[in-house]
Amino acid sequence: MIIINVTKQLSTAEGILQAHFELTINDGEFLTLFGPSGAGKTTLMRLVAGLETPDGGRIEVDGKVWFDSKLKINLPPQKRSVGFVFQDYALFPTMSVRQNLLFAAQNDEQRTYVDTLLEMIELTPLADRLPATLSGGQKQRIALARALVRHPKILLLDEPLSALDPAMRQKLQDELMMIHDRLGVTTLLVSHDIAETVKLSDRLAAIESGHIKDICPPMEFFTSHTFSGKLQLIGEVLKIEEESPIVIVTLLVGSSVVKTIIGRSEGEKLRIGEHALISVKAFNPIVIPLNEQ
Amino acid sequence: METEFIETMILTFELASITTLILLFISIPLAAFLVFTKTRFKSIVETIVSMPLVLPPSVLGFYLLLAFSPASFIGEFLTSHGIRLAFSFEGLVIGSVLFSLPFMVHPIQSALSQVPRSIFEAAYTLGKSKLTTLVRVILPMIRHGLISGIVLAFAHTVGEFGVILMIGGNIPDETRVASIAIYDEVESLNYAMAHQYALTLFIVTFSILLLVYTLNKKSLEGLK
Repeated sequence: MIIINVTKQLSTAEGILQAHFELTINDGEFLTLFGPSGAGKTTLMRLVAGLETPDGGRIEVDGKVWFDSKLKINLPPQKRSVGFVFQDYALFPTMSVRQNLLFAAQNDEQRTYVDTLLEMIELTPLADRLPATLSGGQKQRIALARALVRHPKILLLDEPLSALDPAMRQKLQDELMMIHDRLGVTTLLVSHDIAETVKLSDRLAAIESGHIKDICPPMEFFTSHTFSGKLQLIGEVLKIEEESPIVIVTLLVGSSVVKTIIGRSEGEKLRIGEHALISVKAFNPIVIPLNEQ
Repeated sequence: METEFIETMILTFELASITTLILLFISIPLAAFLVFTKTRFKSIVETIVSMPLVLPPSVLGFYLLLAFSPASFIGEFLTSHGIRLAFSFEGLVIGSVLFSLPFMVHPIQSALSQVPRSIFEAAYTLGKSKLTTLVRVILPMIRHGLISGIVLAFAHTVGEFGVILMIGGNIPDETRVASIAIYDEVESLNYAMAHQYALTLFIVTFSILLLVYTLNKKSLEGLK
């Protein structure tokens, strides 16, 4: 169990912001920090990792105090058991894939674990390559594996997939889910992507101007607690065509483009580029497996 | 005549090697300080480091000579401990270190400033100390900066003239380096000997630079 209650003064584009984060994360939970840029999501991660120091408060992980302003305890990042995955991967360019992972290992058990992790992310054949010769998706998988070598108490993912193309994003989301299920490591993710958040997280913490406004299951948050459709999809609005008296909306759901017909009053609420919820009631959807070659 | 030539060349490269080695140890922490510090004294330190680029060597040499002389405070302190810096090899080393400082610090500083902050932070969250991070991650990453610094500082010390003339004089096998010897031989109209020194310096410097640029290019390509 991770108990966070910290304050920190942030300087954002809109001026000085007094942030206060109060949050409890359960063991093995996948929690996503969701919110606009400059709200303090990344700062909260960095405070947990010890890369930045809170102005006051307390961070307690499994009964061990990592930070306490009253007791004057502030463990450096080296002494906190965290795995941090950066947006720019932060792989060590002069080390091979395997050396990057081995660099993190502290004992023989972890050195053996490096091979297990390489197998898990299917990068064993590339283990002796330098990071510069790999694709963005491969680099981020290495960064993820490297963060796991030391069996961290918490895995911190700072928009790890934002630099990748949609197909690669989906593949890595699946991999993240697989790793989280297999290892059960408590995970904190910063994300801007609604689909990603819904797919991966147990709970979502909505962050706005340095405060946690809401903590709930992600679907509950995005559907404003009211809808109860049989089939719900979240997509990005690509195109709105008025064909009186109806409106044809084109949405991007995952990596597929979906067209649907809605009423004019509903159409007026949609904006191109924004996210929308597609909810189908009354019908029984047909779901059949796809032949993937 | 031949032994004097060999002695002079050995002394020249000895001075350059020792100076470069000392500079390497001073410059890595100094460059790191300049890249990461947030104090307002940064500009002052930066200015002092860069001064030798524009300052006439005779100015630095003159003040060093004053500082080294037994009449000065520093000189008096050193003399009382049995250390004589003016007209000695040790004095030349100090002068050369100061004068070649920017040639070592600048390439390292520029290479360090290009290392993303997240690389340091990744190493820290993986439990590594600052020293381990520096030695195992950062120094290999900035090796072309280090190589440039080593070559430039070495070559610049070999080519050093003004400062050495002011503080070192021209004592054979003690402070007589090649650049001074060339001047000396020309003064005594001994052009053949001057030519021998000059050509040797020319060839050696050219070869070192060529070797390093070739190696550096290869290692850069390997990282792409």
